[in-house]
Amino acid sequence: MSRTYPDEPAGEFPTPPRTVTDKEGRDVELVPADEADREAVVAMYVDFDPADRAQGIPPAKEAGIRDWLDTILDGDCVNVVARYDGDVVGHATLVPDRHGEHELAIFVLQSFQGAGIGTALVETLLGQGQHAGIEKVWLTVERWNDAAANLYRKVGFETSNAESFEIEMAIRL
Amino acid sequence: MHILLGVGGSQLSYHALEETIDRAQETDDDLTIAIFDNEEADTDAEEVRERVESTLSEAGFEASIRYIGGESPGSELVDIAESEGFDRIVLGGGERSTLGKIQLGSVVEFVLLNAQTPVTLVR
Repeated sequence: MSRTYPDEPAGEFPTPPRTVTDKEGRDVELVPADEADREAVVAMYVDFDPADRAQGIPPAKEAGIRDWLDTILDGDCVNVVARYDGDVVGHATLVPDRHGEHELAIFVLQSFQGAGIGTALVETLLGQGQHAGIEKVWLTVERWNDAAANLYRKVGFETSNAESFEIEMAIRL
Repeated sequence: MHILLGVGGSQLSYHALEETIDRAQETDDDLTIAIFDNEEADTDAEEVRERVESTLSEAGFEASIRYIGGESPGSELVDIAESEGFDRIVLGGGERSTLGKIQLGSVVEFVLLNAQTPVTLVR
């Protein structure tokens, strides 16, 4: 099964660390994250609204979250977090699949949604991905999730498969 | 109950096979196993059949085995279930990507949307 990517690479994305001011006037720091940030990331997912889970992630219970983060915070993956007032309020990740392409996922705490943090976080993650030499990034999004699909489209993702329950989108860096 | 289990050769389909045999042994259900060539799994129908037969013999359980061919195994499963009066279709469903997101394969999706019988997904 091969995935269709846009012919043209996307332009250059901003790299972390950077600070963005969200629509509520909050200064949010976007910084690379790794294993050392584990506890702060766990704390964000423990606070996560179960209604915002997507396709089975993040896991519902703390033990499941910790197991899942073993994969996500591994050195092969690229991670960027949004920090506000010391806490992690958003997290985006690129995880290599078995074809050497990278799957993207992003989660933002409910109280920071709709304020532009998601877009800035995805752009900054893609910038970090470019920095790491990653070329092919894909994701799936639930068909009803217009807010997320619009965000990905705005950033430069194109739909690569719309025949399944989930829409698949891809970008070339 | 007459159970129709589809096995296409993915890891999850073998997990569904084991779970379904366990359950059928407890409930004394009649089990028919339909083997198909799932293009999303790296295997072929002959290998799948060997795995199914060895799993059955290890469990000491008997089931009828048949092949389904054609372009759309999902459509065949739905047709067989309806025309032969099966009570339930069982499939492994919900493979996770490395990142952890659950995705449904095309066979599962077709069966879920088109079956007139209850469908059980095992994961």
